[in-house]
Amino acid sequence: MRYITDRKRAEGRGASGTGTYDHWYMQVSAVGLAVLTPFFVYIFGSALGGTYEEVIATFSRPIPAIITGLMLVFGLQHFRKGAQMMIEDYLRGFAKKFWIVTVILFSYGVMAAGLFSLAKIAL
Amino acid sequence: MADPKQSARPLSPHLTVYRWQITAISSILTRITGNALLASFVLGVWWLFAAASGPEYFDFVNGILTCWVGDIIMTLSVLGIWYHFLAGLRHLYYDAGKGLDIPTAEKLGWACVIGSVVLTILTIVIV
Repeated sequence: MRYITDRKRAEGRGASGTGTYDHWYMQVSAVGLAVLTPFFVYIFGSALGGTYEEVIATFSRPIPAIITGLMLVFGLQHFRKGAQMMIEDYLRGFAKKFWIVTVILFSYGVMAAGLFSLAKIAL
Repeated sequence: MADPKQSARPLSPHLTVYRWQITAISSILTRITGNALLASFVLGVWWLFAAASGPEYFDFVNGILTCWVGDIIMTLSVLGIWYHFLAGLRHLYYDAGKGLDIPTAEKLGWACVIGSVVLTILTIVIV
């Protein structure tokens, strides 16, 4: 064991400085998603299993398109922060950084693909 | 972590003799469902992307999502989203400083588990 004081061991590993914001964002997005989820499950569940024409018709309507778009943006932002929190709990060092970056990039990628598809169908 | 004390003593919690509580299970399930839902989102976006690409590709992806394997995955996704939905509401309630005594917290844990199954069955019936 190295002779190092508790304080020195802790220094430089301090708070990110954005914890309060992250927590608040999760609360706000949780409320938003709680409102969206019943509508989204109904819209998506009804559309799934339909023919191509029916699916295009559903997502061309404003309400289903807007709710799906909000679900994509808020849902994936909520996921990104939640997953980052999990990674920060379980991983350290390079692995932590690697997975946080991967999760953020992947979330935005899925979001972009979803919004592009939605825009193409709806417009 | 820097220099954790190395010791041969068993460390707490003693997982082999640990009695699981509903509060601990319902907490970790929130994290598991939340992260698993990414897979559901990827599938859903793939399906939307296919619909935007045209009828042939849509039929291919739609076939995968509506075959029996796809049905199982989608049903599990619905279970996951309802569980995370209820657990999230519970989290907001906890964050407000309420329901934190042990009897209430245990009841809320069971409410999340049972409620998510009930909502999933309702979803299957309605949708």
